[in-house]
Amino acid sequence: MSTPQEAITAPPKATSFLKDNLRDFGMLISLVVIVIFFQIATDGVLLKPLNVTNIVLQNSYIVIMALGMLMVIVTGHIDLSVGSVAGFIGGLAGLMMVSWGINFAVVIVACLAVGGLIGAAQGYFVAFLKIPSFIVTLAGMLVFRGLMIAILGSQAIGPFPPIFQKLSSGYVVELISSAGGLYITSFVLGLILAIILIVQNVASRKRRISHGVETEPFGFFVAKNLLILAGVGYIAFLISSHRGMPNVLIIMAVLIAAYSFLTTRTVVGRQIYAVGGNARAAELSGIKTTRLVFLTFVNMGMLAALGGLVVAARLNSATPKAGTGFELDVIAACFIGGASAYGGVGKVTGAVIGAFLMGVMNNGMSILGIGIDYQQVIKGLVLLGAVCVDVYNQRR
Amino acid sequence: MLDPVPLAERPPILEMRGISKSFGAVKALSDVSFTVQEGEIHALVGENGAGKSTLMKVLSGVYPHGSYEGSILFAGEERHFRDINDSEKLGIIIIHQELALIPLMSIAENIFLTNPPARHGVIDRSERHKRTQALLAKVGLTEQPDTLITNIGVGKQQLVEIAKALSKDVRLLILDEPTASLNETDSAALLELLKEFRRNGITSIMISHKLNEITEVADRITVLRDGRTVGTMDCHAGPVDEDEIVRRMVDRDLESRYPKRDPKIGDVIFEVENWSAYHPQHSDRQVVKNVSLKVRAGEIVGISGLMGAGRTEFAMSLFGRSWGRHITGTAKMHGKELDLSDVHKAIKAGLAYVTEDRKQLGLILPEDIRKNVSLAHLGGVSSRGVIDDIAEMKVAQEFRARMRIRSHNVYQETGKLSGGNQQKVVLSKWLFTGPEVLILDEPTRGIDVGAKYEIYTIINELADAGKAVVVISSEMPELIGICDRIMVMHEGAFVGEVSGEEATQENIMRAIMRRKGRE
Repeated sequence: MSTPQEAITAPPKATSFLKDNLRDFGMLISLVVIVIFFQIATDGVLLKPLNVTNIVLQNSYIVIMALGMLMVIVTGHIDLSVGSVAGFIGGLAGLMMVSWGINFAVVIVACLAVGGLIGAAQGYFVAFLKIPSFIVTLAGMLVFRGLMIAILGSQAIGPFPPIFQKLSSGYVVELISSAGGLYITSFVLGLILAIILIVQNVASRKRRISHGVETEPFGFFVAKNLLILAGVGYIAFLISSHRGMPNVLIIMAVLIAAYSFLTTRTVVGRQIYAVGGNARAAELSGIKTTRLVFLTFVNMGMLAALGGLVVAARLNSATPKAGTGFELDVIAACFIGGASAYGGVGKVTGAVIGAFLMGVMNNGMSILGIGIDYQQVIKGLVLLGAVCVDVYNQRR
Repeated sequence: MLDPVPLAERPPILEMRGISKSFGAVKALSDVSFTVQEGEIHALVGENGAGKSTLMKVLSGVYPHGSYEGSILFAGEERHFRDINDSEKLGIIIIHQELALIPLMSIAENIFLTNPPARHGVIDRSERHKRTQALLAKVGLTEQPDTLITNIGVGKQQLVEIAKALSKDVRLLILDEPTASLNETDSAALLELLKEFRRNGITSIMISHKLNEITEVADRITVLRDGRTVGTMDCHAGPVDEDEIVRRMVDRDLESRYPKRDPKIGDVIFEVENWSAYHPQHSDRQVVKNVSLKVRAGEIVGISGLMGAGRTEFAMSLFGRSWGRHITGTAKMHGKELDLSDVHKAIKAGLAYVTEDRKQLGLILPEDIRKNVSLAHLGGVSSRGVIDDIAEMKVAQEFRARMRIRSHNVYQETGKLSGGNQQKVVLSKWLFTGPEVLILDEPTRGIDVGAKYEIYTIINELADAGKAVVVISSEMPELIGICDRIMVMHEGAFVGEVSGEEATQENIMRAIMRRKGRE
C-alpha cells in the first residue's frame, strides 16, 4: 500500500473552517445570545450567583436524562416513558427510604437497578420483538405513571433523610474557609476543570499536528481555549459566590464527560451511530444491532432512574405529580441540540446545550413574569425553529 | 385495423427535438431527437446510463418544462408538461421498472387509485368492479378484481400496471424494461399483448435490454449512446441484426472495456457444499437449492442468471445468514468447516460480501468516508474499545489513495459522493477486514464506464493478490470480460458452468434455456 501523499497538511482558513463547523458552534452561539438577551431583559438577575446555581439545579435531571435520550434517538428510536419512569423511581425511593426506613445507599443502588430493568423490559420489546419504540414507550409511560400512583396512594411521601437530600441540594465540602464571600474549594474545582479541558485540547492538537492532520486554524484554537477558560471560570466564580459547587453539578459533569467519550471515541459509540445511520448496512458490517438497541434502552432506564432520584431529593418528597412532562423537555433538548429524528446524528454536547437553552429560557421568562401559558408557546416555537434551521442547513 | 399507409409516412404522434438535459456538470442528454409514429412499437435501447430513462422522464414531465432544452411535440402540438399529471391527461402513460402498485390493496383499488368511479365523492364499488373486470379481460388476466396485489406474481402485477394504464385512455404507452423480472412465458404473453395494442392503434415505446424480444415486436429501434441519438433502424426495411444493434449501442470493442489480466490460479480455498435456503416469509419456497461452489486462490468466479434466480439470496444466506431461513449446507475454508451463523463470525472467518444495493445496505450515507471504511473492522483501529482516530484516519487515507476515491478528503460525507466513488468506499471497507473470499454482488451497477474500468482493475488486483473472488452480475458481458469461470444459476440451482475462454452470451443463455426446456 502506498503512503498517502494527499494528507491534509495546510490547515484551512479560519472563515471556511467556521463555515464548515457552523452546525456545531451554532448551538453554542444561540445559547450565548439567549443568555445575553435575558441578562439584559432581567436587569442582570439572570446571572446573579443565586440564579445561576438555581438554573443548574433546575435542569440537572433534564441534562442527565438527555444523555440517555440522545443515544436512544441516535439509534433511531424514542423513549416517551422517561418522565413516568423517573416519577415511579422517585415514588419507589420514597417508599423504601421513608416508609420502610431502608438505608439510602441501598435504595439508590436498588432504584438504579430497577430503572435498568425497566429499560431492559422496554428494550426487549423494541429490539427483539421489533415493536415500534413510540408504541412500547407510550405504553410504558401509562404503565409507570399508573404504578407510581398505585404505590404512593396519590399522596406525597416525605421528608427524605438529610443525607439523601444532599444528592440535589448539597454542596461540595469546603476545605478552606470562604474568603470574601467566595467558596475557594469550589472555585478551584471549576478552574481545575477548565485547565483539564485546555490541557486535553492542547495534547490532542499536538498529536494531530505531529501526524499532519490538524484542521483547526491556530488563531481559532487559541480563541476557543481562551473562551473555555473565561466561560468555565466565570460560571465557577458565579457559583462559588453563592454557596459553592452543588453535588449534582459534579455528577452531571462526570456523566457528560463519560458519555461524550463513549459516543465519540469508543467502538460501541461508533456502532450506535452506525445503527441509527443505516441499521441494515450496520448489520451487514457485523454489528450486533439488536443488542445495541437493547442496551441503549437499559442505559436510558438507569439514567431516568437517576433523574428521578435527583428530582425526589430536590423536592424532598415523592409526589404523584413528579416527572410529569419530563419526557418532552428531554426530547426537546436533544432535538434543539441537533439530533436528527431519523437517527444517526446527534451529539452529547448538543443535547446538554439544548437542555440549558431550554432551562435558561424557562428561568428567564419566569423572572420576566411571563405566564406559564406563553412560556409553553415560546418554547414550542423555539423547538420548531431550531429543527427547521437544522434541516435547512443539511439540505444546503 | 392495420393501417395500409407505410409506417414512415404516417404522421408522428411524438416528436422530441434537440433535447438536452444536464445534472450539474454531467450532461445526461445532448441534442437528442426522437420520433415515434402513430400506432407503432418503438424500441429504445442503449447501455445503462445512456440516457433512456432520463429521456422518458423528460417526456412524461417528471423533469418539467424549463429544466431541459429542446421541444416536445405530441399529436402535432408543442407541449410544456409541468408534471406527470399533465402528460397523463394527454394519454402518455409510463410504466416503470419498479412497479408502483400498493401491495396491500386490491387489483381494483390499485387500478382506480387516483380516479375511482364515484358518485358525489363516494366510490361506486360495483362500477369499479365491473370496469376492472373489463380491463383485466383486455390484458388477459382472470384474477378477481378484489384480489390483493401481494397475492399475485410479478408477471401478473405487470399486467395489472398495464390495465391501469388502459383505464386512463392511453395513447402512448411507455414500458421501462417490462420483461426484466418476468419468466419466459409471462414475457411472451406481454409481448403478444403489445402486438394486440398495436392492432388497436395504441402506440408503445419499449425500453429493453433483451434484443431478441425487441427484434420480435419492434417496428423501429432507436439507439442512444452516452446521451446522444446514434440512429433509428426500421425493422420493416429489412432484417435487423442483433450484433448491429449491439455495435451501435457500445461502439467500442469489448477488449478495451475490461483490463487485461494473467490469471495465476492456485488451490481451492473456499468450498460450499449443498447450500440451501428458504424464503423468510413463504417457508415452503426453497430459493437456494443444493448449491455447491469451489473457488480457488487467485480465481474470479462469476455467477450469472436471470433476475430472481437466487444469486443474491445465495450470497446473503451464506454471509452470516443475512437472508432466508432453514439454511443448510457446509462452507469450508482451506478444508476447515466454518461457522457462518452470524455476520460477525462470517467476517472473522475471512468472508466479505459487497451488497448489490450500496445505498440501502452498503453505506452509512450520513457518515464520512473514514467512518465507513473502518466500520466492519473497528477492532483494527482501536484498543480496548477506544478508537485511535489518527490510526483510523490513516487507514482511510491509504484506501482513498489506493482506490483513487475522488473526494476533498476522508472527512467527506459518503452520501455526497458519486456512485463509482461510493462503491470504492464500500470495497475499501471490505478490504480493510482482510478477507480471503470476496463476494461482489453487482459491483458496477449504476456507475459509469470509466469507474467500471477502475472497479474491474481493483477486482483483478485482488485476485492477483491470491484472494478468491466471486462476482454476481446481471450484465453478461461483464462476467465474460472479467471472470475465469462462470456458474449459471437458474431458479435457485446451478445449472451450468462455463470457463472464461469459451463463455459467450449465447452459451450462458443456452444453459438457462436448456434447463427451462426440461421443466
